[in-house]
Amino acid sequence: MNADLIISILSIALVAGTSLVFATIGEIITERSGILNLGVEGIMIMGAVIGFAAAFHSESAWIGVVVAMLVGGLLGFVHAFLTITLRAEQVVTGLALTIMGTGLASFLGQELGPEGGALVGLTGPRFTEISIPILSEIPIIGPIVFNQDILVYLMYVVVIAATYFLYHTRSGLHLRAIGESPQTADAMGVDVFRLRYLYTIVGGMLIGLGGAHLSLAYTPGWSENLTGGRGWIVIALVIFASWNPWRAVVGALLFGGVNAIQFRMQASSTDIAIPATLLNMMPYLLTVVIAVLTTWMQRFNKLIGAPAALGLPYNREERH
Amino acid sequence: MPDTSAPIAVEMRGITKRFPGVLANHKVDFAVRVGEIHALLGENGAGKSTLMSVLCGLYQQDEGKILLAQKRELSPVQIHSPSDAFDLGIGMIHQHFKLIPTQTVAENMILGLKDTPFNLQMTAIENRIRDLADRYRLEVDPRAYIWQLSVGERQRVEILKVLYRGANILILDEPTAVLTPQEADELGAVMRNMASEGKALIFISHKLDEIMAFADRVTVLRSGENVATVEVSNSSKTELAQLMVGRPVLFTIEKPPSQLGDVVVAMEKVSALNDKGLPALDNVSLEIRSGEIVGIAGVAGNGQRELAEVVTGLRPTTTGRITIRNRDMTHQPPYQFIQQGVAHVPGDRLGMGLAGNLPVSDNMIMKSYNREPISSGIFLRNQMIRTFAQNLVKAFQVLTPNLETPARNLSGGNQQKAILAREITAGKNLTKGDEPPFLVTVYPTRGLDVGAIETVRRELLEQRAQGVAILLISEQLDELLALSDRIAVLHGGEIMGIVDAAEADIEHLGLMMAGELHI
Ligand SMILES: Nc1ncnc2c1ncn2[C@@H]1O[C@H](COP(=O)(O)OP(=O)(O)OP(=O)(O)O)[C@@H](O)[C@H]1O
Ligand SMILES: [Mg+2]
Repeated sequence: MNADLIISILSIALVAGTSLVFATIGEIITERSGILNLGVEGIMIMGAVIGFAAAFHSESAWIGVVVAMLVGGLLGFVHAFLTITLRAEQVVTGLALTIMGTGLASFLGQELGPEGGALVGLTGPRFTEISIPILSEIPIIGPIVFNQDILVYLMYVVVIAATYFLYHTRSGLHLRAIGESPQTADAMGVDVFRLRYLYTIVGGMLIGLGGAHLSLAYTPGWSENLTGGRGWIVIALVIFASWNPWRAVVGALLFGGVNAIQFRMQASSTDIAIPATLLNMMPYLLTVVIAVLTTWMQRFNKLIGAPAALGLPYNREERH
Repeated sequence: MPDTSAPIAVEMRGITKRFPGVLANHKVDFAVRVGEIHALLGENGAGKSTLMSVLCGLYQQDEGKILLAQKRELSPVQIHSPSDAFDLGIGMIHQHFKLIPTQTVAENMILGLKDTPFNLQMTAIENRIRDLADRYRLEVDPRAYIWQLSVGERQRVEILKVLYRGANILILDEPTAVLTPQEADELGAVMRNMASEGKALIFISHKLDEIMAFADRVTVLRSGENVATVEVSNSSKTELAQLMVGRPVLFTIEKPPSQLGDVVVAMEKVSALNDKGLPALDNVSLEIRSGEIVGIAGVAGNGQRELAEVVTGLRPTTTGRITIRNRDMTHQPPYQFIQQGVAHVPGDRLGMGLAGNLPVSDNMIMKSYNREPISSGIFLRNQMIRTFAQNLVKAFQVLTPNLETPARNLSGGNQQKAILAREITAGKNLTKGDEPPFLVTVYPTRGLDVGAIETVRRELLEQRAQGVAILLISEQLDELLALSDRIAVLHGGEIMGIVDAAEADIEHLGLMMAGELHI
């Protein structure tokens, strides 16, 4: 393999991984607060379709991003209302959100185009690569890391900000506390109810942003089943990342890499004939492998487990 | 000695608090003075924790008001949440620790504090904690993770946490229940120190000796009502116990001579590992006969828990042999132990003893669900379950609003009685009365009031009289001396010696517990 090929694969890995990073960090923030949101797939695909439609009609990719985040936040709010206020079962609510989201997205894909037509096959505004002067000239790293679309750069900022927020700020401490032990946090004067709402909504916004990156940058345009199960990979990535933003990047790049290789192999039908269906299976196979590995690792380290109160509703006047 | 004319720090008037089916507090009046240690005494379920949870904003009272000394004047305050309470200088150390195991001491300390800067400066915070710790002599490393700390250290963190928030009124809910006697004495000194600095302390305990030693006044609650507030110096243990239970309480119980039968359980050179995979039991050999109570003494963490788990089949052994009535049980699963009539009252009530979210009735049948008359074939018989549970609740005086109440809503003492009821009955039923069952009890009276302790101890002696073989693990020497026939001392997972309880010498036991004497 020559250097160009490696650079090209890694570069695709990074873009392919970006939407995963946004969504994974969003889900990490939500789960850290103790709320399990299995609606990732539904929120991502809604963000993708509505984000693309908004960009298409406004002729601005940025408006698409903002609208996608608002949709994500709205769906996060729905999840929060059902699970926090009504104390509905979180797994069921999340699954319902995914089923509703995928169905609604494919319906909207038929309706939101020009004159109430379909969105499929249209080309709209998109984010293109911007190479950063000087930095992009660094050998190997430059073209991979600093020659990307602006949402990838935004992703760098989100990762650093999320890490700093989680481990070095007062609010981050509170976020970690409400997911570990809402009773304790509550007794110490942290408003568990309000914060769980907040972080479920913020998480939803980032997941929506992940969806928008698909339809506005990585594979611009709308097509049926655009997310292709990425939402489920995100759920696995959160576990792989042990609820830690930095590790989420590593995991997302790994998946992006698999995606990129898949891409190349399909494109340049080499002499080794691997059926496309087998290639398509790879991300999910990797998910299973990762789930097994992480569970095994967590047996040896107390600090990398799930937030202790993940998935449990909280009610102050009830004994625990 | 306290100043009886000292001003009131906080007063609760006519507090009533109801839970579904329970009147937890009924028109309670309660006042604490500045610089005083005020004990709150009452049976399990009397409503002590509930009253204090109202004061610290965790629960909202249905009736009544709270008055607080502000600028030398007593004025009504509204406390809607724990953070309101903190703002008013009221801090509570809960019966069940409120700490986050995966965070550090310092992080736990500043949780919920509004005036910490957004960007956390941990070094400054850690230094402040060290200063505070020095001042009140509460040693603890601010950088340690909570899960690495012993129970005594966690307690200190809890107290520091409240002090760190500048509380003037401190509520300590059964702080000594999980401490060793030495640690409890140290805590007493710390409390006195705080009181002398002008803080008001409310101290809940079931241990009358501690109340007599540390407190200035006592308020006694019975069935959610304030029955008396008395000066400790004008009262006595007997009077307090009688006020609280409503009848005279015997502190010493009659132990009839033992009727020893055959060996029920025998352990031969058994070794086992703890959860971290380190050696926890080292060549333990022990025999327990029918009609005998063998006590296990030792400082907590010296293999007691592992011992209980090994003899109930919950923990695998690495070497050695366990037999029950001459049947080899080594490496058998817990189910087989249960079938042999092994009953287990674990130390961790809600973790291992009860399924907290299930109703009392379901908890009661957990060891009898697969037999007539509770079930027939694969079907459960609800009517039978009700009768069965009802009988146990009655026989063991378990205080519960009804059989459908989730077990976690029972007070600590009643949870304990419920487990005891289930285990004793199951052990009997499984051996069909032909052969003596084997009962393992771990800290059976921890957190119980004197009345409940009496009931539990009586019940254990009653079982002994009926020929049950009993292994009693306890951290209280007086309990071991009162109930056991023989006492084995565990230290570092090794049995340092087995002595006859009647001839036991407390000093010798202490030396063995410290690992300095091996007989
Ligand atoms: N959150 C709750 N929901 C329902 N019932 C409750 C709740 N908290 C307490 N109770 C009930 O209120 C009564 C008083 O309980 P409380 O915990 O105040 O007793 P306590 O005096 O602290 O007992 P203990 O000495 O065992 O700690 C009990 O009957 C208990 O079952
Ligand atoms: Mg209590």
